[in-house]
Amino acid sequence: MADRDTPTIKPDLRVNCGGIKAPNPFWLASAPPANSGLQVQRAFEAGWGGAVWKTLGTPIQNVSSRFGGHTIRGVQGAGFNNIELITDRPLETNFREIAETKRLFPKHAMVVSLMVETREEWRDIIKRSIDAGADGLELNFGCPHGMCERGMGSAVGQEPKINQEITSWAVEFSTVPVLVKLTPNVSNIIPHGIAAKRGGAHGVSLINTIKSIIGVDIDRFVPEPRVGGLSTNGGYCGSAVKPIALHMVAALAREKEFGLPISGIGGITNWRDAVEFILLGSSSVQVCTEVMLKGYRIVEDMIDGLENYMQEKGFATIDQMVGKAIPAFSEWGDLDLNYETVAKIDASKCIGCQVCVAACHDGAHQCIHPPLQGGKDGSRVPIVDESECVGCNLCQIVCPVPGCITMQPVINGYQPATWNQHVHDGKSLRPKKGAH
Amino acid sequence: MSAPLPAPLPADRSEAVFTDYKLPLAREHAIAEANRCLFCTDAPCVNACPTRIDIPQFIRKISTDNVKGSAKTIFEANILGMSCARVCPVEVLCVGACVYNNMDSPPIQIGKLQRYATDAAFEKDWRFFEAGPDTGKSVALIGGGPASLAAAHELRRFGHRCTIFEKRGVLGGLNTTGVAPYKMRADQSLREAEWILAIGGIDVKLNTAIGEHVPLADLESKFDAVFVGAGLGADSALNIPGESLPGVVGAVQWIEHIKRSKATLDGVSRCVVVGGGNTAIDAVREAIGLGIPRVTMLYRGSEAGMSGYEHEWDAAKQQGAIGEWKALPTAFEGTGKVQRIRCQRLDDTKKPIAGSDFTVEADLVLVAIGQSKLGQMLGSLSGITIDKGRVITDARGFTGRTKWYAGGDCTNGGKEVVNAAAEGKAAAHAIHEFLGAKGARHG
Repeated sequence: MADRDTPTIKPDLRVNCGGIKAPNPFWLASAPPANSGLQVQRAFEAGWGGAVWKTLGTPIQNVSSRFGGHTIRGVQGAGFNNIELITDRPLETNFREIAETKRLFPKHAMVVSLMVETREEWRDIIKRSIDAGADGLELNFGCPHGMCERGMGSAVGQEPKINQEITSWAVEFSTVPVLVKLTPNVSNIIPHGIAAKRGGAHGVSLINTIKSIIGVDIDRFVPEPRVGGLSTNGGYCGSAVKPIALHMVAALAREKEFGLPISGIGGITNWRDAVEFILLGSSSVQVCTEVMLKGYRIVEDMIDGLENYMQEKGFATIDQMVGKAIPAFSEWGDLDLNYETVAKIDASKCIGCQVCVAACHDGAHQCIHPPLQGGKDGSRVPIVDESECVGCNLCQIVCPVPGCITMQPVINGYQPATWNQHVHDGKSLRPKKGAH
Repeated sequence: MSAPLPAPLPADRSEAVFTDYKLPLAREHAIAEANRCLFCTDAPCVNACPTRIDIPQFIRKISTDNVKGSAKTIFEANILGMSCARVCPVEVLCVGACVYNNMDSPPIQIGKLQRYATDAAFEKDWRFFEAGPDTGKSVALIGGGPASLAAAHELRRFGHRCTIFEKRGVLGGLNTTGVAPYKMRADQSLREAEWILAIGGIDVKLNTAIGEHVPLADLESKFDAVFVGAGLGADSALNIPGESLPGVVGAVQWIEHIKRSKATLDGVSRCVVVGGGNTAIDAVREAIGLGIPRVTMLYRGSEAGMSGYEHEWDAAKQQGAIGEWKALPTAFEGTGKVQRIRCQRLDDTKKPIAGSDFTVEADLVLVAIGQSKLGQMLGSLSGITIDKGRVITDARGFTGRTKWYAGGDCTNGGKEVVNAAAEGKAAAHAIHEFLGAKGARHG
């Protein structure tokens, strides 16, 4: 009773990402949902804490169609791609609407994404953006389609020297913080983050979209999205890219030479995803695809889901969470090879689908078996041969019943030993399992 | 020679007013439902299906829009997959076995998914099977219902020629004459029979009763093997006074009447169905569907003790059916036609309670207490065992008399279409072995 009546302190969701302040970490990414003043104003009304305006530059002409969806087991848009370019609206219109929106929502983060070519063009567009009220700039060095073929977007982001140089121009011309948006279409993200840092950036945002073909129309023999009888590669995004984005964010966050604030982007659909990005080093997160699929009002759940999580875990501010999981992100060679788990099936929860049996037999180490014919009471609860179980997790991943299969540590009598310790110090490793 | 037969199914027959009780799945819904399937290992739904359709596999094919492959998976196991999708009591078979039931999630709608795939096959007239090369052997099949159709189709795949002898003017057996029309109408059953016959090489003799038009002995001498899929006989009678009054009808006979012709229900406002099985519940729901205002099911046992499926009775109750339990009819009474049923109340041991006489008003009585068994027709053949009218066979339909096999209601006493399909197919395999290794298998 007392517990319930005790007022809990509301967590503070305010963020400061590289000097750009916002009432909460949820920002619209530079994309169609942040294309116009009325849209961004509606987003702010719905609860979004910031917006990165759809990239400004010399207005382009778009194609139709522009988007492709990847359906996975009936889930539409589990992955998504686009071949849309930067703004196609006159710059004057964009700046007028930015100013109007900033006037109506002075406390929200108004970041303007930019992509132009020459030093003079950068000088000009930065001045106009700041005059319109931008709280920060985001340099679009990430777009992997259309613009890169004109020497912009990912063509810049893939070359650390060019990245650094253009960043230094922007920083020189800007009186507000500059974020560099990085492309994931590189083999190692670190030199690109460092290039942005050397150019003087106040932070980075990542990932932009991944070069992709979303699918093929198997009746017409044309890739998608189809523009008449042709298609082209586009930028892949949406829920399916989250693991790639998490890795790149974390790789920069733990890099000692780097150390800039990060605005995390890539497959964020809800507060849980946002928490993961924050724990791996993001001090704000940007969302596009899920808004395109469901609309602005998803932010309500993002905000109170995050608040509830923070209360439960005892976080008073977002800063307390940023990078909290980074110390636990290590190299393979530092993992304890003597740590051993085996799968345990809770017979009271098991529904007898035996999906784990097929997965283990066909996709893992053949250690989960159906019960013998006429098993107790006709039970279909599979049996784990723990002497063969390598603790791979596959059964737990395929099990449809939450909490039915758990991976439980085994006390095997071996002291922790990593590969590096084994190679350098001769630490002894437990016998291999399932390797016969 | 004779006047052409009347159209087998007049357009104004009574069953035409019925629409499907369970609606078909639209493509998007089917795919969404298919994607819920867990693709179980050694799936319980398959083990619950008498014809062992590979249910997870056909459902996965629906999820990828491989509907043709899905239909083939179904028909490979059960050539009557279209009618089974409609008439199977899935609640107690595949759907009842779905593992989702163990986690308080709705089970996969297997029947509806099967209907989705098999309807597409009929709509697009997909054919999957061809007759095998002619073996020169021939098989006679008594009865043109599900058991014989399943057996004949499988025998044709082996290349044996088939002749079906059907005493009615239509094929399909109870699928045509007995299935509740809100599950499947007679024309759909005839279409299925036609689709099955399209494999070719199946001769059909309609209006041909064995023992009447063709002597039993002829079958044995003229064919290399005989399959008996004769089904059940006429409705059983209560054998109580007044049973011959107009308005007292056997339920199976009445259902055939409404499925194949236009029934006159003028002046019928109170219908009583006597019995507690699935035929009785069907008759109740059909009588309600035809607009009879008051329909009562009168059963000698308790509501919980009915042999009919609970889900069917629940549906009947929702439609307004009334139950009269622990009631034993002792006489039908009326002037010129039935007007009431005189009954006695039974106790929990189904013994009449003295002085408990009462009457129930009725102007149509449908007697649904079972059907007679037809085994006697084979009684003259030595080596064939008949038990209470049922033909006794081994698990693959062999009767014990060389050449003679049987399956369906005449052997199982009256089960589901899916049982008949399974038994017919199993017998076809046994017959094929027998024909290939004559004398070896059965001595």
